[in-house]
Amino acid sequence: MSVSRKGLKDMADKEYAYYSGCSLEGTAKEYDMSLRLVMKALGATLTEPHDWSCCGSTPAHTVDHVFAAALAARNLAIVEKMNVHTLTTPCPSCLMVLKKAHLGMTGDESFKNEVNALLDEPYEGNVISKSSLQVIYEDIGLDAIADRVTYAFPDLKVAPYYGCILNRPPDIAQFDDPENPIAMDRVISALGVEVRDYAFKTECCGAAFGVPKRAMVNELTHKVLSMAIDAGANCIAVACPLCQQNLDLRQEQVNRTMGASFNIPILYFTQIMGLAYGFSPEELGMDMLVVSADHLIRSRMPIEEYRKMKEAEAAQAKKAPKAKEAKEAAKTEES
Amino acid sequence: MRFQIISVNIKMDTINLSEKTDWEFIEQVQKESGQNISLCYQCGNCTAGCPYTNYFDYPVSMVMRLLQAGQKDIVLNSKAIWLCATCETCTTRCPCEIDVAHIMDTLRIIARRENRVSEKDIKLFYDSFLDSVKQFGRIYEMGTLLMYNLRSGHLFADADLGPKVLTKGKIHFFPKKIKGADKVAQIFERFQKRAKRHG
Repeated sequence: MSVSRKGLKDMADKEYAYYSGCSLEGTAKEYDMSLRLVMKALGATLTEPHDWSCCGSTPAHTVDHVFAAALAARNLAIVEKMNVHTLTTPCPSCLMVLKKAHLGMTGDESFKNEVNALLDEPYEGNVISKSSLQVIYEDIGLDAIADRVTYAFPDLKVAPYYGCILNRPPDIAQFDDPENPIAMDRVISALGVEVRDYAFKTECCGAAFGVPKRAMVNELTHKVLSMAIDAGANCIAVACPLCQQNLDLRQEQVNRTMGASFNIPILYFTQIMGLAYGFSPEELGMDMLVVSADHLIRSRMPIEEYRKMKEAEAAQAKKAPKAKEAKEAAKTEES
Repeated sequence: MRFQIISVNIKMDTINLSEKTDWEFIEQVQKESGQNISLCYQCGNCTAGCPYTNYFDYPVSMVMRLLQAGQKDIVLNSKAIWLCATCETCTTRCPCEIDVAHIMDTLRIIARRENRVSEKDIKLFYDSFLDSVKQFGRIYEMGTLLMYNLRSGHLFADADLGPKVLTKGKIHFFPKKIKGADKVAQIFERFQKRAKRHG
């Protein structure tokens, strides 16, 4: 794969502290695997902060604002001592908590002091946190993303699902649009894969309550899955470990409790990138998905082969335009 | 597409404002959340976008109104404050730029402090989560779930998911403790000491 000289130079300084978050060591292992591979392929270096701890997520925020910020800031203080100043995390929940702590501490001296009083090492406020999607979309960019593609997916129709807090609230997320985000749409489009737009791409799926409020969450999940399928998608792309777990692992629960028959694969957007870059399904942890994506993986073909097929199709169409028109007219009537 | 129609049971009680307005509570929420509650003019945009409103006993816009009226007991005993997932739709859409989700967060904190939690299972789940953080420094998913099941009495909650996750090799049977787990535990301890000092 050819990468332009300018592209290579830009890639050299893409170094990030990589805060994977707890889910990526467990139920979202495949997100970690695919993200690391894709980042490496795109020339970004990820360094794990030494001995990072849990960010505290939603539960800590129900206890106390200062306490919640302290659990997050312990990690920001570790990253502050590293030689990189940008932290990237694939998990929107971690991102939100880390950014809330950072913004709270840099915006209010007394809050900062209160938080630091709970910590061994104080956080001084010098770390920028970005979601891994933001790094891929903004720092690496669509051209570099497209350059690396070696496989095409003629049959894949992806509904990108952003979930609740990747882009909300705008003052904290500071990325993309809170009501109609497009970063994942564009990244997947840059791979040459078709995306489908739908109304529920930022509607909360309820994942945080999966365990204690299962019935409620199954209903919310049902809505998201239905909307994506109605939009003609045969696959949903996610950027959140909790969304993935909820939409994938609980899909059968939803079928049972809601009388539905969903069977739609829920892939991390980084898995789709990895597949388009020619990595093997095993390397990308595709076998860890509960709803199998095997048929979609089998549909991928080397890009040269795909181009030749398209050229042949175009030549065929030129030769017999009338036949094609007749065929399309028949198709329209059918639908 | 099929949407289930769920009946919404909004409580509509008569409130005696001259007798029952808790001004201190209004002040407390404003101070702890850093938000000006009186800015809310009841447009209902937060409720319109709330994915959980069907499950709330009081829709979020009504929680805001009850707050303005200083209805401490109703607000703190509500299920709504615990069923809010902090999805931030209300905050994003509020025309008065009130951080509504942060107010809901603050209400949970106050309810917890006063030991009146209407949704025990949600609190138990959060507590099981935090116990894992305190003990290991990170989340041990299997342990968190088992601890929740034991404490809540829902012994087989999500037992159907177990085989799925286990066969995928995603869940560790043993917790992984980070080196600085004691440092994380100290954050908990310092916070508890501080909370005691502040009463």
